[in-house]
Amino acid sequence: MSLRNAGIVYRKEFTEAIRDRRTLVSTILVPLLVFPLLTAGFGYLSLKLIGKARTEVQRVMVLGGAGSPDILQGIRKLDSIEVLPPAADYAQRIVNKEIQAAVDVPPGFQAALARGDAPTIKIYMYEGEIKSSFGAERVEKFLSDYRTQLTQRRLAAAHLSPSLLKPFEVQQENVAPPEKVGGAALGGVVGYVVILLCLTGAMYPAMDLTAGEKERGTMETILTSPVGRTDLVLGKFLLVLSASLFTAVLSVFSMGASFYLLGKTGGLVAGPGSLVLAISFKAVAVVFLMALPVAVLFSAALLSIALFARSYKEAQTYLTPLTFLVVIPAIGSLLPGAELNARLALVPILNVSLLCKEIVSGTYHWNYIALIFLSACLYAAAAVWVAVKLFQRESVLFRS
Amino acid sequence: MIDARALSKRFHDRKRGEIRAVEDLSFRCLPGRIYGLLGANGAGKTTTLRLLATILEPSDGTAVVAGYDVVEHPEKVRASVGFLSTATALYPRLTAQEMVEYFGRLNGLGETTLRRRVDELFERLEMNGFRDRRCDRLSTGMKQKVSIARTLVHDPPVMIFDEPTVGLDVMTARSIVAFMRECRESGKTVLFSTHVMSEAEKLCDTLGIIHNGRLLAEGTLPQLREQQKEQDLEEIFVKLVTAEPRAKEDCGQ
Repeated sequence: MSLRNAGIVYRKEFTEAIRDRRTLVSTILVPLLVFPLLTAGFGYLSLKLIGKARTEVQRVMVLGGAGSPDILQGIRKLDSIEVLPPAADYAQRIVNKEIQAAVDVPPGFQAALARGDAPTIKIYMYEGEIKSSFGAERVEKFLSDYRTQLTQRRLAAAHLSPSLLKPFEVQQENVAPPEKVGGAALGGVVGYVVILLCLTGAMYPAMDLTAGEKERGTMETILTSPVGRTDLVLGKFLLVLSASLFTAVLSVFSMGASFYLLGKTGGLVAGPGSLVLAISFKAVAVVFLMALPVAVLFSAALLSIALFARSYKEAQTYLTPLTFLVVIPAIGSLLPGAELNARLALVPILNVSLLCKEIVSGTYHWNYIALIFLSACLYAAAAVWVAVKLFQRESVLFRS
Repeated sequence: MIDARALSKRFHDRKRGEIRAVEDLSFRCLPGRIYGLLGANGAGKTTTLRLLATILEPSDGTAVVAGYDVVEHPEKVRASVGFLSTATALYPRLTAQEMVEYFGRLNGLGETTLRRRVDELFERLEMNGFRDRRCDRLSTGMKQKVSIARTLVHDPPVMIFDEPTVGLDVMTARSIVAFMRECRESGKTVLFSTHVMSEAEKLCDTLGIIHNGRLLAEGTLPQLREQQKEQDLEEIFVKLVTAEPRAKEDCGQ
């Protein structure tokens, strides 16, 4: 093996790679855009949409309500609610999003309450439709408040304490620091995206340097030179690895920067609490460290598979299912309750994905980190060995 | 010099079983001479040349190229050979100069020698006009010149040409033929494969007729005429090939 020759091959491959628009898009543009879009962009957009839906005037139809002036007046007085006269096709109009909800107040509702009966008010809405939920929520809150006031009046009239109905309070309180809350919510996504970008960053160069070379006829050209096959595969592998790592570095950097900026601007306000999406420098460094062997594994595996293909198109056919093979374990960490244990620490890709989730939420199990790093290195070394062996097989290089 | 000694190459195909692409092939090419390997498509020419250029490994037998055994010292053999075929393409995103320099470096040339050698070749082949142009933006003729410069950059004593004029226009093909003659005149060993009889007749000092991976006849053109009692090379070729017992078998490669 000659490191000089591997270096010459690497330098040449690098020169060609930086002149290739497709490589630049997959290794630079995609990782730089994914995280800002995912965090700031997507987060901002969804908050904006939710905020807009929350403040928008909701059209609510009141059905019935005869003899219940307090209820009707109360609904009419609600902020951002426009009350519409009743119509028989209310359900269809909710489904068509012409109105957001309909409230069915049975006739003589207030009189029934006065008698001590327990009548029912129905709210019709479109489940899963955010504007409809907000409309229905507002009406429900008004009715719930009305019910509480009525209960309190009845208790007071009977000279009973309000604690009769509520002898004790139950309160939930978060004790986890904000970054852990944010990490638990988004940690899985971070590992998944870094792993996926390591793969996509390596994919195009791997195909171009193997099947692409066969297709263009340059594979035979290079085989006529004195460069050894091991040096050749090493030079090519290092370029694919560089692309993968560069993608990983950019994605980790972009992720850190996006979360930092988001943290600076006060985090995301989701529901009643504040979700802080901050990620420490230490977490960024460890995520990158774990991405290293994954990038080696992907680079060598992609190079081997793509080398087997006769053409660029064939390589794409082989590599597309591989994307699913990677996505499935990577996405495993997103499953609720998926936690790292000794057995899962040996499952390639899933282990790193689960570890990234822990790291981002500020938990460092160093024994797992060491175990996963070592096992990932082992898988990576095996993949490199396979790539070297395949480059020495005539049946693969000259497959026709 | 090229000395092929009972070279054989077998491939395994799932559907067709064992394919004998080259069988017990022995011949000798001398410095300052052009040896023409004449054969139909699938006769085993390309496989033979790939074996000699150590792109493929022989199943049996061996060859000595420029004093090095192809099995024992493949890298030294490749450093002594310039291999040109229509299948040896150029890297599209490298410039003409980068392409030639890349192969110079892989052949172990130091930077000073490389610069001098590249300047010399670009001058001689009139390539300075497109020195910094990317290979994917060159015309066929320009590409052919870059390929020639690529094979010559390390000044190899042995040149192997695998059907180098296939698919080329007349002018480009003529420049390749002229280049082969130049190589002979400069004392290089030239091995050339073709199925074009006129080209072989014009260029080769010695001819070897190959069919089904086996060498059927060998000699100078007058010797072949004498042996086969025919004047026309095409007639000689057809006579030899049709007389071959395995002629009707699948020649596959």
